Amino acid sequence: MSNTVAAASRPEPDNNYLTAGYGLKSWLLTTDHKRIAILYLIMISVFFVIGGLFAVLIRLELLTPAGDLVSSDTYNKLFTLHGLVMIFFFLIPSIPAVMGNFLIPLMIGARDLAFPRINLLSWYVFAIGGMTTFAVVLFGGVDTGWTFYTPYSSTYSKTAVGLTAIGVFITGFSSILTGLNFVVTIHKMRAPGLTWFRLPLFVWAHYATSLIMLIGTPVVAITILLVFLERVFGVGIFDPALGGDPVLFQHLFWFYSHPAVYIMILPSMGVISEVVACFSRKRIFGYGFVAFSSLAIAVLGFLIWGHHMFTSGQSIFAGMVFSILTMLVAIPSAVKVFNWTATMYKGSISYETPMIYVFGFLGLFTVGGLTGLFLGALGLDVHVHDTYFVVAHFHYIMVGGAIMGYLAALHFWWPKITGKLYSEAWAKLSAIIIFIGFNLTFFPQFLVGYLGMPRRYHVYPDEFQIFQVLSTAGASILAIGYAFPAFYLTWSLFRGKAAPANPWNAKGLEWTVPSPPPKHNFDTIPVVEEEAYDYSRLEEEVV
Amino acid sequence: MLSNIQILPEVASTMAGKVDALYFFITAVSVFFFLLVMLLVTFFAIRFRRRSEDERPKPIHGSLKLELLWTVIPFILGMAMFGWGAVLYFDMFTPPAEGMNVYVVGKQWMWKIQHPEGNREINELHVPVGTPVKLIMTSEDVIHSFFVPAFRMKMDVLPGRYTTAWFEATKPGKYHLFCAEYCGTKHSQMTGSVYAMEPVDYQDWLARESAATLSMAQAGEQLYNQLGCGTCHAQEGDPRGPSLYGLHGRAVELLTGNAITADDSYIRESILLPAAKLVAGYGPLMPTYKGQVNEEELLRLVAYIKSLNLDTEDSTSEPRGGKELEEQRNE
Repeated sequence: MSNTVAAASRPEPDNNYLTAGYGLKSWLLTTDHKRIAILYLIMISVFFVIGGLFAVLIRLELLTPAGDLVSSDTYNKLFTLHGLVMIFFFLIPSIPAVMGNFLIPLMIGARDLAFPRINLLSWYVFAIGGMTTFAVVLFGGVDTGWTFYTPYSSTYSKTAVGLTAIGVFITGFSSILTGLNFVVTIHKMRAPGLTWFRLPLFVWAHYATSLIMLIGTPVVAITILLVFLERVFGVGIFDPALGGDPVLFQHLFWFYSHPAVYIMILPSMGVISEVVACFSRKRIFGYGFVAFSSLAIAVLGFLIWGHHMFTSGQSIFAGMVFSILTMLVAIPSAVKVFNWTATMYKGSISYETPMIYVFGFLGLFTVGGLTGLFLGALGLDVHVHDTYFVVAHFHYIMVGGAIMGYLAALHFWWPKITGKLYSEAWAKLSAIIIFIGFNLTFFPQFLVGYLGMPRRYHVYPDEFQIFQVLSTAGASILAIGYAFPAFYLTWSLFRGKAAPANPWNAKGLEWTVPSPPPKHNFDTIPVVEEEAYDYSRLEEEVV
Repeated sequence: MLSNIQILPEVASTMAGKVDALYFFITAVSVFFFLLVMLLVTFFAIRFRRRSEDERPKPIHGSLKLELLWTVIPFILGMAMFGWGAVLYFDMFTPPAEGMNVYVVGKQWMWKIQHPEGNREINELHVPVGTPVKLIMTSEDVIHSFFVPAFRMKMDVLPGRYTTAWFEATKPGKYHLFCAEYCGTKHSQMTGSVYAMEPVDYQDWLARESAATLSMAQAGEQLYNQLGCGTCHAQEGDPRGPSLYGLHGRAVELLTGNAITADDSYIRESILLPAAKLVAGYGPLMPTYKGQVNEEELLRLVAYIKSLNLDTEDSTSEPRGGKELEEQRNE
């Protein structure tokens, strides 16, 4: 990286993106990718709290086998809303819309995304989709499960399915717009010298993610629209009573929703690459393999939707094709884990908070990935399909993997985003609490799943109670762990020490500009002359 | 108390032990790789911890050998898991020729079960041990899923079509029956019990319960006469509809020139949507019986038509017609 840039672009202390304008209007009409990232951050944090409250009620209800806290209908709405909010309004936008938005232009030496106004539009579309979902709650909720299986959703459910469909449909467009913006930006706006194979792996991961958003999201939008048409106008598409085919819905739904899992986890993998390199002071072992494994995951991810349908009555041979492809998609994930591990070899490893989250990620994601093999193996999946085993598996991926990655990112780039340092001690403590709470919550669910407890059960046989009690106990610890950052991060905004431009001695263009970055990122566009993660050429930051 | 905690469900079918074996294999592989990664991470984190701020480790670009190693080994293990799982899956959904049939209708929120002998149960299923039991299932409303953990058996139950699954119980006892596909308000109460019984006890149960009832085929025949099906599907003369004798399991040539095996689903469809797949040589004369017969009655009609095979001479060589047709088409 050109070192002349840092000095040349250092602006007056007050002239950063946060102080470049005050007042609500300067935020709501901003086209600055960094401010839009903050808008997203605020909104998804609210959604995370709401989705978390639904989870708290679910866990409390499951303390006892009887349905004694809420009614069956309420319970069904709780798990539906928990899934909808967490997936569509937290996990999918989390790293891309917040961290990707903030960092991609900085990482590639650009002054903004390719389409700044479309970027703002995507946030408004997201906000409208979110408000629609709030309206669903006001209108009594929805009880179809986040999967909307037909004909239950299209004909039988008596809840606000139509409105929910509209909400998800609208939200999908914010995802498409963000993906489009990233793809164009990464293609067209890289700084001179920043070739594809000098890109940070965070950018590679977001490129792969954006492709999935662009290709997959329209399919789920169309599918949800078809459910809407059948429900509101009685057009026979999925309900056999109207001449439709309910399994067709599952094919269409999972064609998007399986790749959507990779929308949630790939950006997280990008974060892990950045953080593990920084705190090992090493370039990523097997850079090319890690970069291409992201693309391999994105492509293969589109070919394995049928593994959600091994007991749906699809043909045995279709099942076999989906199973073999599922085993193949495990390989690029394994390759990444091995390469991250190898990156630490002969490194110079320090244990700051983001790195603690990486350790957590490696443990939890490995469990999540390996338990995917159980579900990909046909004859075994028949038994564990639609049980708590699946619930445990995808929480290990989406919470253990994606959220650990999100928290690693939040702590790694917090000084850059806010210009403040948080308390390392509190942050490490909360990382450890989250790790313990998470495992206590979700590990027992593997066991109770193999015992045969189906998911989405409001009441359940007594012999499963011990596992549910452990799970609820873990969830309370997890909730405390998640509450901590809300306090010490907020506290840091007001009382935290000012952050230097590069507090971790990290490589990457985003660390060459001051914290927080100036409004237009770079006064002069940097010229890149080195590989990513060239930590051997690291120069000590003068603080 | 902790020693009482079970972590495996009962092993009560021929499939259960085989599924568990695969479960143990994948668990073993997973534990190995998990420990490998965790030990390496821990070891590296300690051995290579930062001792001074001035450390600038030498960069390592990677190693093709290692990349190949950790691509090929997971590939081989993945394919082994695929192959093993696929063999089990194939067995699970290929019912043996011998054995008994049981008919299942799911609805919000109960399981309605009929035995060919005429016994009907709700949320209970009695079966003998040592005999393969084939389930022919459909739903009256939304999608359900028939799940018996002790048998490691699960199959979705769909409206508008028949799905099948089978198991062979090996151990007498009472086992959980769950609906595994979310189906609305009382999804978690759409549960029941499977009673696996010694064959003698099962025969007793069957005789005790079925003494007063007609068999499914007899009930189907009654319905067949009631609806006047025989008027057109007559065996003699120049009937307006094709004969149903020896139909089940045979290939029939359709008006479109295609051939189709007359299985349960085809017969069901032809009662509800007669014009969908017309048999060659017959016009679209039959009215639909949609709304006049429910799913359970449809199953009885199917059972009756199936029973007609036993009355015909060539019932033992039922696929013959099909083969002939296929040969003709191939020529």
